[in-house]
Amino acid sequence: MKSAVIVFPGSNCDRDAHDAIARVTGEAPAMVWHQETELPEGTEFLMVPGGFSYGDYLRCGAMASRSNIMPAIIAHAESGAPVLGVCNGFQILTESGLLPGSLMRNAGLSFVCEKAPLSVANGNTRFTSRYDSEAELIIPIAHHDGNYFADDETLNRVEGDGQVVFRYGNNPNGSARDIAGIVNAKGNVLGMMPHPERAVDAKHGGTDGLALFESLLGSA
Amino acid sequence: MKAKIHVYLKPGVLDPQGAAVAGALHTMGYEEVTAARQGKLIELDLSGEDADAAKSRVDEMCQKLLANPVIESYSIEMA
Repeated sequence: MKSAVIVFPGSNCDRDAHDAIARVTGEAPAMVWHQETELPEGTEFLMVPGGFSYGDYLRCGAMASRSNIMPAIIAHAESGAPVLGVCNGFQILTESGLLPGSLMRNAGLSFVCEKAPLSVANGNTRFTSRYDSEAELIIPIAHHDGNYFADDETLNRVEGDGQVVFRYGNNPNGSARDIAGIVNAKGNVLGMMPHPERAVDAKHGGTDGLALFESLLGSA
Repeated sequence: MKAKIHVYLKPGVLDPQGAAVAGALHTMGYEEVTAARQGKLIELDLSGEDADAAKSRVDEMCQKLLANPVIESYSIEMA
């Protein structure tokens, strides 16, 4: 599967994303600068990585979500192709309207950087089919604005439609209903605050992120 | 021409920063503070003469970038 990773000024997980994808697919993803207006031909899987695009100015992900590459990302998502946004990538996907809700300042006001216990709330998505649905995962988090918010009507809808994909075991940021990751209604766009790309090698301290990439891309 | 845009969190959206500000003011002895909400003020310098046209462009800017309608409201003041 051909993959691409979008790079914004201030992205800092783009190389981790590159390495995780290359490990699972055996093929390096294209690294696409935000000022491009098209994705490389044949791109299937697209990842919007973590970091602090535009210094988190205005709102996290706000300016990145209006950059030149964004119409191509939206068109790609609307075509039904898989798109994964992690951390700042999740913020960019909510800011662009591809995912519902918003990520606000952590309820405790502190930056949190720790290994987060997660449960798989929906094991039937294209991102989670290789997870044991009973499993508790440990995946790192590192963010200041990961407090998932949406109005009650939206929360009830995403819960009812199985769009909640990951939940925190010990809610570290005040997220509504312990939500750590959600998919869009079609199920092809996943946003999550935890970093699966930082948990794909025993040297990372854990490999619980690997099954996400394997679910999506098939194991090499 | 200038536009002043106030962006604030919608009622019902939790504001942990505002809550921390209220807590700090209480610690300092300002017990009359019953709540604090923190927002943003954005000032734009604009070219052109037509204030109505400018305001409608600024409104578009708010909807497209300056405010996030999921969590924020805004008001525009032209000067």
